[in-house]
Amino acid sequence: MHIPDGILDVKVWAPAAVAAGAVLAQSVQFSKKEMDHRAVPVMGVMSAFIFAAQMINFPLLGAATSGHLIGGALAAILFGFWPATLIMSTVVAIQAVVFQDGGITALGTNILNMAIIAPGAAALIYRMLRSLRLPLFAGAFICSWFSVVIVAMAGAVELALSGVVSFGLAAKALLFWHTFIGIGEGLITALVLPFALRSSFGRLRDEGVVQ
Amino acid sequence: MNRSVKIWMAVSLIIAGIVSLFASSHPDGFEKAGEQTGYIKSAASYLSSPLPDYTLPGVDSWLSGSLAGIIGVLLTYFLFVLFGKWMGRKTK
Repeated sequence: MHIPDGILDVKVWAPAAVAAGAVLAQSVQFSKKEMDHRAVPVMGVMSAFIFAAQMINFPLLGAATSGHLIGGALAAILFGFWPATLIMSTVVAIQAVVFQDGGITALGTNILNMAIIAPGAAALIYRMLRSLRLPLFAGAFICSWFSVVIVAMAGAVELALSGVVSFGLAAKALLFWHTFIGIGEGLITALVLPFALRSSFGRLRDEGVVQ
Repeated sequence: MNRSVKIWMAVSLIIAGIVSLFASSHPDGFEKAGEQTGYIKSAASYLSSPLPDYTLPGVDSWLSGSLAGIIGVLLTYFLFVLFGKWMGRKTK
């Protein structure tokens, strides 16, 4: 879901960058108040892990198409929405600046999609599912799948507003592929989560260092 | 670095440095949808990055992608920690 330069119109990427910046300013405020410095190395290594995991494109359906983890759901389940936006923004910004993965003009949009909407949707759905008392695996899978599909929808809206493709056409094509990519996201998140909770991530949570 | 941070760092380095060499190089869902509907044609890069497309320029073998991945993992960790030190100083 890394949008390159040249596709989005300025009337889409500029407001998206402003919106992303406003949310990240809130995230920094939250961190200054709520984030214990003992949680920083653990969050840092989780962003490094998400960076690494995003490099692993898995093939889809035997089609000549691939997908990879976003990681927004994983970060949101582990640390909550606000820290997750900072973890994901670090990854997305480094990808754009150092690795040319995602355009520099599209950076705000990519942060909005993968670092804000993805963990936001996941955190919201994860919370909604809590009353159902699903097993951890199921809850993680479902909110991860939705986070990917909702980001794909956001992408379709941004493309349509940019006038490069109709909303219907973009939504149909993006949703088709991301329905499957979401399954990969769900499986990876659900498999990694128990290990993350068992190591110090879980301990930090028990001690109330992270939410 | 506590023990579990070290373990996660090691796993991340292995994924980015070794497993990534076996990743699919087919277009991802966003690019594929762009090929199908046409929007990917106008894709461009306005910024030239030091390690474009997860490769180390001038290095020709598998080492190029492997090193790029390792650099990325370390950079992500240290940038976040640097950033986090500035943000998360106060203990509640």
